[in-house]
This record gives sequence, C-alpha cells and structure tokens, in this order.
Amino acid sequence: MSLLEIDTIDVFYADFQALYSLSLHVEEGETLAVIGANGAGKSTLMKTIAGLNRPSAGEVRFDGTSIAKLATHKRVPLGIALTPEGRRIFPSLTLEENLRVGAHASRPGPWNLDTVYAAFPLLSERRSRLGTNASGGEQQACAIGRALMSNPRLLLLDEVSLGLAPVVVEQIYAALPSITSQGTTVLLVEQDVNQAMKVANRVQCLLEGRSVLEGTPATLSREQIASAYFGI
Amino acid sequence: MEWANAVVQGLLLGGLYALLAAGLSLMFGVMRLVNLAHGALAIVAAYLSLVLVQKAGMPPFASIIVVVPIMFAVGWLLQSTLLNGALNRQALAPILVTFGLAVIIQNVLLAVFSADNQSIQLGDLAGASIHLTDSIAIGVFPLITFAVGVLVIFLLQQYMARTKSGRAMRATSDDREAASLMGIDNKRIYALATAIALGIVGIAGTFLGMRTQFNPYFGDVTLIFAFEAVIIGGLGSLWGTLAGGMILGVAQAVGAQAYPSSGVLLGHLVFLAVLAFRPTGLFPKVVNG
Repeated sequence: MSLLEIDTIDVFYADFQALYSLSLHVEEGETLAVIGANGAGKSTLMKTIAGLNRPSAGEVRFDGTSIAKLATHKRVPLGIALTPEGRRIFPSLTLEENLRVGAHASRPGPWNLDTVYAAFPLLSERRSRLGTNASGGEQQACAIGRALMSNPRLLLLDEVSLGLAPVVVEQIYAALPSITSQGTTVLLVEQDVNQAMKVANRVQCLLEGRSVLEGTPATLSREQIASAYFGI
Repeated sequence: MEWANAVVQGLLLGGLYALLAAGLSLMFGVMRLVNLAHGALAIVAAYLSLVLVQKAGMPPFASIIVVVPIMFAVGWLLQSTLLNGALNRQALAPILVTFGLAVIIQNVLLAVFSADNQSIQLGDLAGASIHLTDSIAIGVFPLITFAVGVLVIFLLQQYMARTKSGRAMRATSDDREAASLMGIDNKRIYALATAIALGIVGIAGTFLGMRTQFNPYFGDVTLIFAFEAVIIGGLGSLWGTLAGGMILGVAQAVGAQAYPSSGVLLGHLVFLAVLAFRPTGLFPKVVNG
C-alpha cells in the first residue's frame, strides 16, 4: 500500500479546471518530484493533498484511509505537512515562533528546535528576527523547518527554489538528505528540472492538469522530459 | 492644581476604558471582527453582577469570579454558533449580526430589568480616597479599577506572547490559511479569542456597574468609548489600547474641568483628531499582517 494515493481526481477553481483525472502515488520513504511548466497544476495538486482545495471527483487516500473531505488542520496530526508556495511565513512572529507554531499538532518524532537549527544553520543565527524582516532564503528555510516541526510522515515542498539565489537554493537542498534519512517521505514540486532530477527517486511530469510522464531519473531521457514538459 | 487633579482622575478613568476596550481590541486583532454588541455585552455583565449582589448577597468584587466564567462561556458559544458563520460570509455580515445582537440584548434587558437606573453598591469603598496634596485626591475604587485594567492588559499581552494558544492566535491573525496548515483549527482559536474577550468584558462591565449608574441603553455609549480607546491607541495593539483609554479618559476629565457639561465632547474631538491626522492610531502594530 502506498503512503499517498491520488486516484483520478478533478479539481476546479470556479469554472476553471486545474486537474483532469490525475492519478499519482507516493511510496513510504521515497522522494517523488512533480515537475511541469507554469500552470501545469503542480501547486493545485499540493494544495489538494494538504486540504486547501477539494477534489470534485476522485479519491485522496493517506495510509489507506480517505482524506479527500478532511479539513486541512485535521490532516496535520495524521502526518501531512505542506511548505506552501510563497513560504507564507507569519510576518509578525519571529522565526523561532514560526517554528514553534509548526509544532502545534505536537506529533512525536525526531524534529524539534535543535534538530531544525542543526539542519538549517542559517536559521539558528536569525531565530529572533521577525518573519517580515527575514530574507527570502531565511524565510524558505523557516517554512521548511516549520513543516518539519510537526514531524510529518509526508512532507510536501512546493517550489522551494522559487525566487532564491542559486547559492541559497543549494543551502536549502543540502538539508534534504537529513530529512529523508529520518524516513520522511517527500513530495516536491520543482520548476527546475535539473534540481528535481538530482534529489528525487522518481519524477512525474504534469502538463495542463494531466500526468504525461512518470519514471526514475535514470530511465528518463532529456528528450522525453523536454517533450513532456512542453507538450511537444 | 485643579487641572493636575483632572489629569490624574482622567488617567484613572482611562484604566476602565482600557478594560472595556481590551476585548474589542483582541477580537479585532485576531479575526478583524468589529463586535458592535461589545457595549451591550458589558452591560449584560453589569446586570449579572447586580443580580448576584442583590439576589444572592454576594460581595461586589466576589461577583466577578462568577461573572467572568459565565461571560467566557457566552463568548465561546456566541463565536461557535453565530459569529464563525458570519465571518465566512461577506464583510458586512459580522457587522450586521453583531448590530442585531446588540439590539436584541438591549431589548431583553429592558424587558427583564426595565429602563430604571441601577447601580452595584460598593458601601464605604465608594467614597474612600487617598489625599496626595490638598487638591489632588485619588479615589480608592478608581485606583483599583486602574490597577485591574493595567494588570488585565499585561496578562493578556503575556498570554499572547508566551503561550502556545496565544502564539496560534497571532499566527491565525497573520495568515489564517497558513495557520490551518500548521494544524490550527481557526474556528476553535476564534472561539477562544471571543471567550477571552468576553471574560474581560465580564470584569469591565462589573467595574462599570460599580462605578456609575447604568441602564439597558448604556451599552451604546460604552461601545463608543471602547471603540474610541481602540482607535486612538491603534488597531490590534494591546498597550496602544491602554494608552488610548488613558488619553480618552484625560481628554474627558480635562474637558469636564473646562466646561462641566462637555467633557465627553472633548473626548470625541480627540478621537476625531486622531482619525483625521493619524488614522492608524498613535501606537499601531509595527507589522502589517
């Protein structure tokens, strides 16, 4: 049984359909990267798993039980944590308070303030800085740390490299092995295909709300990915 | 020295206004909800205390111990049954709902207690005072009110800064959707915020009833004073609310010293001046969420 199973879901924003009969599964312990161009439906997929969007058809199962109708805040105690696109750091809270809020569901596990600071050294020095005053990289590290504080079984990372300098992206991704080595399953969305291929066990490519390609980085050729990515 | 006395009395009065305004400030800060029934609910607390003192023979200050939990429970129920639903509709809905609530409360109070003026009798304490100089005397009861006002704001501020649920409240205020991604149930947080706000209204209403005569219509002016204190201090800032209450109190007392019948008017003018020249209030929250 897969940890996460998405079974032919349709998702709409009012009249606009963002996902078309999309199916996808994530096995416990693996890292799956979902790639695709702007508007392919990647963030919609992430929000639907976290509960911010509801599918109008299809099923979302986590650890075998249906969660499609479960409220967002009730998914966190089950072990689903989303690092949302745009980071969404609480601006009037310090970075450390942001991390503490992440532990609201108080699931037991390896992640706490100390281990998060160890994984993201750049956060440690800035812990008392207000969220609104933190740099993009600090905010992104904080957003990931905040999600980790709930000790998730499934960590959803939405566009963590967006708008960050390459050197900062490197620092952020440097923490990924320490996350997956704890047994945490990771589903990440990336526009940067090279970055995705480097860290993922498996990649799945979306095009205009449909899944068009799936495989391991070793078996997929550049041409296959390019044609799936752009639909040519 | 008469003027100095007016300022001192005004500062003490400001403690009561801050107490009245704290709940309004909290509810607006956490969920951007303007509770127009705030004043009416303060009068409900005053009547609750009156009944406990007159019918059950409780000492006035002891009645607070009963009034606060009742108002806390009322707040929780009000938010979870009525206001959470209103918040999910368009922006006007919470204003209409709380306005309607204020009208209903006022009319129920009229039906039960009539329009007669009432007051909670304090006995000897009502007249007790400390003479600082020949012309400045501080009433013991206004001093207690002021101390309670400062203490409540301090405790509320500490609660917001240091506890898990206080942090969750601030996070929800910043970004409700992101807070739900942390596992925070915003309906529950809102219910808790309103419960705390009305618990404080319970204290404020009881002190109001001990300080002056009141009747069911008194909720309107109470709401206006609380609202002015919040606006003068700056929306969403608790210390600002305390400062706003004190500024309003001083303006009213100084105004009354100049023209005995127009003290309240000077308070309104200060409020209007703040709105005109510093619409964010004197001590606005630094961060715009």
